[in-house]
Formats: sequence, structure tokens, C-alpha cells
Amino acid sequence: MRESGPRDALITGIGLVSSLGEGMAAHRAILAAGQPVLDRTSFAPWMVHPLATPDYDRMIPKRDQRQMEPWQRIGTYAAGLALEAAGIRGDAELLGRTHMLVAAGGGERDYEVDAAILAGMPKAADPAAYLNEHLMSDLRPTLFLAQLSNLLAGNISIVHGVVGSSRTLMGEEAAGADAARIACARIAAGQGDLFLVGGSYNAQRLDILLQYEMGGALWKQPFTGVWSRRADGGGMVMGSLGCFLVLESRAHAELRGATATARIAAVATDRCRRYPGEATANAQRQLAGLGALDAAAVLSGASGMAAATAEEAVFLATTGLPVRATASLLGHSMEPSFIANLAIAADVVTQGWLFPPLDAGEAVMTGPVRQAVVTGWGHWRGESMALVEKAA
Amino acid sequence: MSQNAADLDRQGRPVVVVTGMGLLTSLGEGVEDNWRRLCAGDSGIRRIGRFALDGLRTTIAGTVDFVPAEPNCAPELSERMADRVCREAIAQSGIGARGDFPGPLFLALPPVELEWPQRQAMAATVPDAEGYGALLLAAGSGAFKGYYERFLFGSVAENLAVRFGTRGSPVAVSTACASGATAIQLALEAIRRGEAEAALCVGTDASVNPESLVRFSLLSALSTRNEVPEAASRPFSKDRDGFVMAEGAAALVLESLASAKARGARILGVVEGCGERADSFHRTRSNPDGRPIIASMADALEDAGVAADAVDYINAHGTSTPENDRMEWHCVAAVFGERAGSLPISSTKSMLGHTLTAAGTIEAVVTLLSLRDQRIAPTINYLTPDPALPLDCVPNVARDAVMRRAISNSFGFGGQNLCLVLKPE
Repeated sequence: MRESGPRDALITGIGLVSSLGEGMAAHRAILAAGQPVLDRTSFAPWMVHPLATPDYDRMIPKRDQRQMEPWQRIGTYAAGLALEAAGIRGDAELLGRTHMLVAAGGGERDYEVDAAILAGMPKAADPAAYLNEHLMSDLRPTLFLAQLSNLLAGNISIVHGVVGSSRTLMGEEAAGADAARIACARIAAGQGDLFLVGGSYNAQRLDILLQYEMGGALWKQPFTGVWSRRADGGGMVMGSLGCFLVLESRAHAELRGATATARIAAVATDRCRRYPGEATANAQRQLAGLGALDAAAVLSGASGMAAATAEEAVFLATTGLPVRATASLLGHSMEPSFIANLAIAADVVTQGWLFPPLDAGEAVMTGPVRQAVVTGWGHWRGESMALVEKAA
Repeated sequence: MSQNAADLDRQGRPVVVVTGMGLLTSLGEGVEDNWRRLCAGDSGIRRIGRFALDGLRTTIAGTVDFVPAEPNCAPELSERMADRVCREAIAQSGIGARGDFPGPLFLALPPVELEWPQRQAMAATVPDAEGYGALLLAAGSGAFKGYYERFLFGSVAENLAVRFGTRGSPVAVSTACASGATAIQLALEAIRRGEAEAALCVGTDASVNPESLVRFSLLSALSTRNEVPEAASRPFSKDRDGFVMAEGAAALVLESLASAKARGARILGVVEGCGERADSFHRTRSNPDGRPIIASMADALEDAGVAADAVDYINAHGTSTPENDRMEWHCVAAVFGERAGSLPISSTKSMLGHTLTAAGTIEAVVTLLSLRDQRIAPTINYLTPDPALPLDCVPNVARDAVMRRAISNSFGFGGQNLCLVLKPE
């Protein structure tokens, strides 16, 4: 354990929704059971981990839900759960100095409009004029606001009143890790006491599948865990998920009597071009920076992409630590995937117990867990690592 | 770096200075050339030549047409422009070595998505299929792998990080039309934390394509004064009718004062403070009471450790929409009181249009040039004053002025409000 101090970054609230349900307790139970929830038919031949749709009405007024696309509803709902868990939901004084760091991609398109334009353009006398005419007449004016990356944060401001500051980072998995890193660094340096950090992902989208199918990045064979896909070329199964954390300085949490679940003792992020061994070198440097570990387990963000997942498996084997790659159960959720693993890591160290293996090659851990190392190797770029410990 | 008191601000934080700048807009390439043309009151707004204009309500923009980009799409042109302004800024700064920038990258980038030319190209390869079925079939052929990397949200920052050898994970930020200022804010905070001695801040935006234009058009945000393009953007005028979309990029090398002095770098200006507040009122409109905007300016001044009367110029967000300009004036008046009416407040967007994601970075560069030369670039097209906005917008002609420091405002959809406090060397 590292020495504790008033500028420690504590997790005082977690909001998590996924294909497994809502809240840490539900996730703990299903992680223990190890059964993924999959939709194999809606997007066949691809499969996705579909969101267990929460009762949005509990967190988001109907009129606001109508202004959002699913990715924003997922995130705004998860943010509400985190604020509620931290005991700051509805507390205007605290929300007025809560700083948001959100990791986001973009919002879903209108597939019917796209399809109609694609069908009509080749037959049109003037395809360019046809495109303009149909964009002008068929696009819903407010759809734009459901697509802009920073409008998840914008909706959280509107629905939950978080107005200290609002920054949205883009860039797939690394955006989530950098959001957590920057929040922790600002807490350590006294650049704020209270942060809402997270993101959301709607995997049930044709435009998402299209993006990753272009890259040959999707798994289309019978479902297996992420480590087991390597032999057959690897690939990702995307999962819908929203996760937000309330991060707070120890001094601030103690002053208001907030209960912390865990502490983020370190977060590091880096990049490389992924020439063989480069990602490992980044991870080794990050691991060395964590110092001596004590009864630690690894929560890996491995995506299932062949090269990165294979290299990470070799690296993790050298640590000798028990590993769980949560994408085997939750699917890969891009921007919020690292944040979700921080949340699960917080629960693991709080419970002192690691759930059973999710895939071949993951070792059983019988003893108590005191620390959790979170890895986040992006499916394309970015290598991140965090250390999560008990708060006390 | 040294903890010499002379290198720290009043709160004991490292003073953060600018040692390099790059600028590329619809007026041309290069800081000095752009600055000369801005002081001359030139407009970069013109009729769009990049795509067909049939059926569009707005047919003008400040496009950058002199930078080749293939495939032609927003992330590609954004990256090409960013590349050029980074080169200019790093060369001026003289920092690091070629391909070895000693600090992190903070990039303001428009959200990325596949665009129509790419969708068409893909659909054309599978004429027997329709809609997303066709696109997915084309994607599965493996022939469009290049599009996959191009349309990842992380690839522009990754490519710039490789080319300039910045350190660590590159951070791409989107806070809508405040993004360019957010990139500077993130760098300022990182240097103040002692996490880095230098940072490369870039804002870039090349969003002038049919769908982006239509999206803003459907929100009634754009000027429809198509007949005389260079006169369409008229911030603070009574007859302003919307903003004009535009493209451009700017880069700044931010550096701790200690680091800049140690290597004998020329200091171009100081980023003295920053203030930010989010607005919870509405997705596109500011709270009518202006509190978040007022607080962002007040916070910036407090962060810089100066009073409002120490500010001599405001580079406005000044988009030329009826709502923005009214709100901005109302909030400036609240912060600056009786002085507001005599304080020069000019809008660079009158000449460059609204460069969206890049605007905050571009306008920070323009503000630093104003401070350097003690000369204010005008608000052009100001022929019909709005009696509701009794401000000195430096109408139509550049003006010399004694300026100790300036603020630069940036506001964006989604409740983003940011204010930077800048001063000369």
C-alpha cells in the first residue's frame, strides 16, 4: 500500500450499467456466475452484448430523454447513479464545483435517412444535388445535438446540474484512461476536489459495426472469451456500457463524511506504434512505476484484437498475477472500458475477493485481494495502467 | 526546473508562456501573413467551391482550399492543416529537436465520422445490396481498411504525436466551439502541475462539407447572406443573421517560464489565467441570466490574479449570431461595469468566419499578436450598429492601443464557456 494523504483520489461513487444489469452488486453476482449476455441475431453475423435497459425515468426526465440518442441516455443514467452513490445528486452547491471529464465518441446516425440517400443517389440525375436536397429535408434538426461528442457532458449538465467544468476527450480507449489520469492528477495538485469521470457506449449500432468491420476488427465466430480468440484471428465483440465514477480528494471526502469505496493510487497512459514489444515496454515501465504489489490481481481491458491481446497475455504472464479480462463478459466498450475496469477493480479490492476466471488461461485466486492493477491496451493504440487499492 | 520565485506566479505556480505560434486560415498560411491581412480587414469568406450548392440555404464559408487532402474528408484536412501549424510553431519556438517535442500534445479536433464520399465509394462496390447492408458488405471485403484508421477518433492525434514526437498519450478534446481554448487550458494545467515543462496545443477544423453545413443550417445558426460573402459575418451589427462556417488551424508551444528562460527562447506572451464554467440551461442556448459566462470570465481573472480593470482588450467569441453577441455583451457589461462600453471588443470571426473547434486556438494566437504589436484587428462589416449593444467593437479599421492584457472568450454548444487571460511578454 502506498502512503495515504489528503490529496489521494478516492472513488466515492460508482455508476455502472451494461449487458449484465445495473449497479455494482448486480455486476458482482454476474461476474461470479461468468455468463455473458449476448444478442446473436439482431446484427448477425455479428454479435453484441446488449444493454440491460435501465429504468431511464428514474434518472432522466422524459422531455430530456427525447432529446437524446441511446449513448447519451446510457451515460446520463450512469452519471446519475454515480452522483447518487456519492451522495451529491441534487446538491447544487457540490455540483457547482464538480468537474466533468468525459470520454466520448460520437452519436448514432439516422440509418433510414442514410439508406434512402444511398439508394437514391446513384439513380439521381444530379447526385450531389440529390444529397443536398435530402439532407436538408430528411435530417432531424436536433439529431446533430445527439451526435456531438461533447453533448453527453452537455446532457449531464442539464439533467444532473454538474456545472463546475466540462471537458470531453476523444480517442477510443485512451480517452477514458486519460480522463481518469487527468482527474487524478488535478486532485493530487489541488486543481479541484470533486470530479465526475466516465463515458458511455452503445454497441447496438450499425455505424459502429461498420467502423470496426472496415478494420476487420469484429469477431464473427462462435463466442469465446477474449484470450481464446487469438488462434482464430482475434476480434472484438462490442458491448453496450455506461460507467461514471465520482472521484474526490481524501480531504474533501472526509470533510463531508463521504464513504469511499477505493482509492486510485496511480494512473499512467502512453502510446506507441505497436511494433512488436513496444506496448510491452510501455506496460513494463508503467508497472515498475506502481512499486511493490501486495496480493494484487489484474483487471485487463484486452479487446480480443489478435496482436495486442497476444502481446498483453505474454506480458501479464510475466507478472505472475491472476488476470481477468472483463471484455469476455461485458464485451468491449471502447471509451468507457478503462473506467468500467476501475469500477470493477474498486469493488474487487473492497470485497477483497476476485471473481472466478472468465476464460481459458486465467488462474483462480483463492487468497484475499488487496490491490488491483487495471490495464487498458487499446484495440489500435494506447497503453494505460492504474492501481486501485482500498481507500483506508 | 528551478523553483526560482521569478518563474512562479502569485499562487506559487509555474508561469506559463508562449514561445511558438502557427496559423493557417482561409486568408492563407503563416502567422505574419495572416496577421497582416487581419489588420487590413480582409475577409476569407467566399462562395463554397468544394461541393455542389443546389438546394442549400447557405452557400458561403471560409474554406481552406490550398491544402491538399486525400481522401477529402474533415479528419484528413484537419490533420494536414494541424501538421503545418505545428511545424511553424515548433520552428519559431526552437524547442526540442526535429521529431522530438519534449512535452505532451493537446489537440482540439472536430468529432470524426465517415462522410458521404466514402459511403458512396463503398456502396458503389456492392451495387446489388442496399443501405447499411451494402456498406457492411463493402467493409467486410477489406478494401476500406484505410477508412477505418482515418475515421477513428484517435488517429489524427496519433499521427501528429508520431510526426512531432510529443510525449505520452496525445489528448484530443472536444468541447464544441470552445475546444481550441480547452486545449490551451489542459496544457496550462499540466505545466502548472509540473507534469510537463512544455506542451504543444493545436486547434484544427475542416468541417465544411454538405452534411455539417446542413446540420448547422437546420439549427438556423448560419448566415444566409450569400450574395456578398465577405460581408456576411457581421458580429455586433443590428442586422447580423448567423455565423459563417470556416476552416483553419493554429498551434501554440506553451512552456514554463523557467524552461523558456533556460534555453534562451523568445517569449511571445503569457497565458496568465483561465476560467471555465458549464451551463445547465439548454443544449444550444446560454442561461439568459448569463451566470456561467460571467463566472467563466470572473474565474479567469481570479486565476490570473488580476482585477477587471487590468484588462484592456477583449477578443470576443463574437460569432455574429443574434443570441451569442447579445449574451456576450450582456456578460461583458456585468463583469466590466461602466468600463465595458469603452473597452475595445473585437471579433476575429468577422473576417475568418467561425472556425468552430479551432476558433479558441486561432483567436488566442490573434490576441497574442494584438498584444505584441499593441494593435487591434477590427470587427469588419460593422455598418449598422445595434443600439442594444453599445460597445466599442473596433469597427472596420485596425487600431493602435496600449494594452496590458487581454481576454479571449470561447463558448460552445453543450454549455461550454471558457475564458483565457493573456498578456504580452
